[in-house]
Amino acid sequence: MSLHEIIIAGFGGQGILSGGRLIAYAGMLEDKNVSFFPSYGPEMRGGTANCMVVVSDSDIASPVLNSCSALIVMNNPSIEKFESWLKPGGILITDSSMVTKKTSRTDIKVFEIPATQLASEIGNKTYSIVYLLGKLIKETGCAKAESFEKALYSVLSQKKHYMIPEEMEVLRVGMDY
Amino acid sequence: MAVVFRPPHALCDVPMHYCPGCTHGIAHRLVAEAIDELGIEGSTVGVSPVGCAYNNYLYFNCDMVQAAHGRAPAVATGIKRSLPDHAVFTYQGDGDLAAIGTAEIVHAAARGENITVIFINNTIYGMTSGQMAPTTLLGQVTTTTPLGRDPKVNGYPIRVCEMLATLQGPVYIERVSLHDIKHIRKAKEAVKKAFKVQLAGKGFSLVEILSTCPTNWGLTPIEALKRIENEMIPHYPLGVFAGADLEV
Amino acid sequence: MGEKLLMKGNEVIAEAAIRAGCRHYFGYPITPQTELMHYMAKKMPKVGGVFLQAESEVSAINMVYGAASTGKRVLTSSSSPGISLKQEGISYASGAQLPAVIVNIMRGGPGLGGIQPSQSDYFQATKGGGHGDYHMIVLAPSSVQELYELTVDAFNLADKYRILTMILGDGILGQMMEVVNFRDEEKIETYDKSWAANGHKNEREHNTITSIHIDPAVLEQWNIGYQKKYQLITESEQRYELYNCDDAEIILVAYGSVARICKGAIKEAAAQGIKLGLIRPITLWPFPVKGIEKIIDIPKAFLTVEMSSGQMLEDVRLAVDGRKPVYFTGRMGGMIPTVKNIMDKVMEIKERHS
Repeated sequence: MSLHEIIIAGFGGQGILSGGRLIAYAGMLEDKNVSFFPSYGPEMRGGTANCMVVVSDSDIASPVLNSCSALIVMNNPSIEKFESWLKPGGILITDSSMVTKKTSRTDIKVFEIPATQLASEIGNKTYSIVYLLGKLIKETGCAKAESFEKALYSVLSQKKHYMIPEEMEVLRVGMDY
Repeated sequence: MAVVFRPPHALCDVPMHYCPGCTHGIAHRLVAEAIDELGIEGSTVGVSPVGCAYNNYLYFNCDMVQAAHGRAPAVATGIKRSLPDHAVFTYQGDGDLAAIGTAEIVHAAARGENITVIFINNTIYGMTSGQMAPTTLLGQVTTTTPLGRDPKVNGYPIRVCEMLATLQGPVYIERVSLHDIKHIRKAKEAVKKAFKVQLAGKGFSLVEILSTCPTNWGLTPIEALKRIENEMIPHYPLGVFAGADLEV
Repeated sequence: MGEKLLMKGNEVIAEAAIRAGCRHYFGYPITPQTELMHYMAKKMPKVGGVFLQAESEVSAINMVYGAASTGKRVLTSSSSPGISLKQEGISYASGAQLPAVIVNIMRGGPGLGGIQPSQSDYFQATKGGGHGDYHMIVLAPSSVQELYELTVDAFNLADKYRILTMILGDGILGQMMEVVNFRDEEKIETYDKSWAANGHKNEREHNTITSIHIDPAVLEQWNIGYQKKYQLITESEQRYELYNCDDAEIILVAYGSVARICKGAIKEAAAQGIKLGLIRPITLWPFPVKGIEKIIDIPKAFLTVEMSSGQMLEDVRLAVDGRKPVYFTGRMGGMIPTVKNIMDKVMEIKERHS
């Protein structure tokens, strides 16, 4: 039985919510039970944003999490808020170009990727989340890369489809980083 | 034998509950005659207000919907958007339209909602026994202004036609009076024109009808008609406030 | 095979309404239900329907009153403070026996409160937030799939009984995305609407839609009629889900998103060797007394869990009628009960009954 309880957190505008939706979509394409629950309201507007994604073989009890098995953080307030939520053995993935704070946890696996910097280097900052999602799917197995690609084709509008090969390349870089 | 006079078909043959000398009866008749002459009784839905005319759904022979206090323009909007090829009218008093229902009338007018509003202004709440209305004149004695309406306490009477005419939505707004035969005839033309504007798909139309309330004014029916002429018209001038050159 | 999509709860309600034949929507923006409006604004013109943003909740519900008077299927949606504003129209439409569907995606109160999920409008929805002796049918979905199915049912129930039907959800259900399987074709039930005010075409007497009956003897007769209808609905329409109830020590009672958290607690308890069950009311009005009756002999105690100070609790106690102890735990103000909250209470109850 597999159960992935994932939190993705950062600033509004970093692709937090669309990243979470893509993972949920990819999970759905693999016939898993999925749920996606975003933070909503004023905190979306320029403040912190987060979403909770559950991917599971069995029925999902609650879409609202109080702990998680994997955590992606893209700013310092998010690591402060959520690092204690990670279950022992859980996976922490940080955008190390944005997150300067180090975790004090020793019972988790930590992966640091300078995602924003890498994305800037190839000229598209919106890809930063994709590096982190690459590491997430590699380390957790919550979804396959092929499902992620299919999800991109389903979720993105036709006129953005030309970006998908590049986005998949970014995903693979993230997986192997 | 030639028939020279008959009640309009669009009025039901039932006793009305209005007080002696009240001009609601005349206003109802004008609306019903307009419906008859335009041949639209079968494709008209009217909206009754809260106030003295609360149960005029029993008097009009077209389909009728009774609305909450002040909400008639919103109810009419729901009906019109469901039946765009039907004529929809509201019949509202001054408390209903100009106090509790201010938001609804302003926004229906601003949307240019293609409905016809018949607005009865008699400067008082009749149904609840003579309280101050938003249209009550300065100095006018009512049960809630026993010393007369004082602008320092109660502010000033609202001129609905003038106010709504500042909006872009309404296409036809006219104020008429029922204080004599000549003016009743003019009122009839205005009511009919308002329906014609709607049938032509032009948009929001409103006819304000200056009316009497002998009971709560404490006047005889004839004195009440004179009050319209001498006291109300100076504050509420008759005329067309929107759509003066509108041909339908 | 139907269509399988990953969709947000609020959007699913809108899509379900359109599939159920609703072509008229009137509403006013409020968090956390706005996506429902956005979806309607986009979709209604494409299906030849009407989307209108009203100047207030008061106007929106009265537009619903007008559209329902003509016999059309009509929807409005809001969240707690906006639903309070609609209460006048809800009472009038109940008096006039108009069918329509109202969605409340609840948030924390009282007053402007907050925007996070809550269930503190249970009393308002089931006991009548407006004046007079009336009821609405109140449906409480607990998944995105159920938001779809119950929205379709809501329109059919409303037309069947000439009654308002409310979908009572919360910010979690409105905001979350989940997989929804749409049926290829909806079963749209059609009912007699010869009462509608839609123009008599000179073919019948004029119809009148009204909630006023000045003569008290007449008004009483109307009320007796309403009560007969409510009785019929109470007998025929109770819905609930029983989960894991066989030989449960304690049976949880929860609806909507909280019922899902309870299922999480049931799993957690099982891992600790504690047998918990759940009865999940799907109709909040009529309250599923029959469901409680079915399981009354099983547990040592009932535990009601809500995102409120304990509102449904009163109906659970009425149904249990003193035969078993009924406990309560809940969170308020937009806080969501956790599995731990529930387990702590379960342990306390176990202690007391050991």
